[in-house]
Amino acid sequence: MNAAPPSPSSPGAAEEFLGGVRAELPLLLGVMPFGLMFGVLGLAAGLPAWAVIAMSSVVFGGASQVVFAQLWGALTPPTVICTTVAVVNLRHALYSASVADWLRGLPWRWKLLLAYLLTDEAYAAALARFRDGPPGPQRHWFLFGIGFTLWLGWQLATIGGVLVGAAIPAGWSLDFSIALTFIALLVLAVHRRSELVAALVAGAVAIVAQPLPHKLWILLAAAAGIAAGLAARGLDRPRLAAEGAR
Amino acid sequence: MSDLALFATLAGAGLATFLIRLSFIAGERWLPRGDGLRAVLGYVPAAVLAALIAPELLVRDGTLYLAGDNLRLWAGLAAIGVALATRSVMATLAAGMAALWLLQWAAG
Repeated sequence: MNAAPPSPSSPGAAEEFLGGVRAELPLLLGVMPFGLMFGVLGLAAGLPAWAVIAMSSVVFGGASQVVFAQLWGALTPPTVICTTVAVVNLRHALYSASVADWLRGLPWRWKLLLAYLLTDEAYAAALARFRDGPPGPQRHWFLFGIGFTLWLGWQLATIGGVLVGAAIPAGWSLDFSIALTFIALLVLAVHRRSELVAALVAGAVAIVAQPLPHKLWILLAAAAGIAAGLAARGLDRPRLAAEGAR
Repeated sequence: MSDLALFATLAGAGLATFLIRLSFIAGERWLPRGDGLRAVLGYVPAAVLAALIAPELLVRDGTLYLAGDNLRLWAGLAAIGVALATRSVMATLAAGMAALWLLQWAAG
């Protein structure tokens, strides 16, 4: 990100692509261990190896894949699994809205490809280039470089995790690592008091609503938590930064 | 459940995720933009994750299970402490698994 003088010619496709790869590489450091973990705990949840590996390219969304594995292991009906995965990934609609401004006018094949590759880490790495960088007619290649790097790293890490997981004997209670992953992500997700209220209400409703058929307690608890969080917004201290930690 | 059901569920979850990512990129002309969506989405992670964790730690066979031999509850509480202190997924995983193994070993 050195302040190069504005060049008369904008960067070409290859240069943009490599720029995207370079922007994403540091983020792989955090992503690859998570992919490894998903490979291991996908097997621990009872998924066959082919499904664990396929999920990383079909769904391509870290936390939602762990949720899928856990729910499948708990014999949750497919419609509830798909709905819960959708709820977990709903935040990508925000990235989609932001990225839409950058991709306007591109051919459909590019829009479909870049939508498929749009994830938290890709969006995070793309922000600096698209919001602050020079316009450039080839900059969608930058986003593709980011997405491709992340995709490849995620697939390799998943396969590595499946190989490791297959070597770990059963009886190590490794399925518990799924709940532990959720605990860590929850603690990272709670910045405000209203988010704590959302978590507490969702947790309580999840327990009380256990008798509901088809594991519908998951969706009811999530909805109750979101409603409680919205209702508790008044508890939040006004902050200098309107957004959370990011 | 069968491999076919698993395949279909995977495809459904993948399609739903893809359509969410495509939503504004493809249909920004028709979709409303606003702070409402942003406000709702802000609470999704906390609500969904807590909904998945609470029964895992506190429920067995569909009922509340608070007995001393609920080892996953104690290991989970230890993990929450470590997560608060370190804010690291890896440290939380390691501490939680170590706590569970230790408790299982101590309980014989």
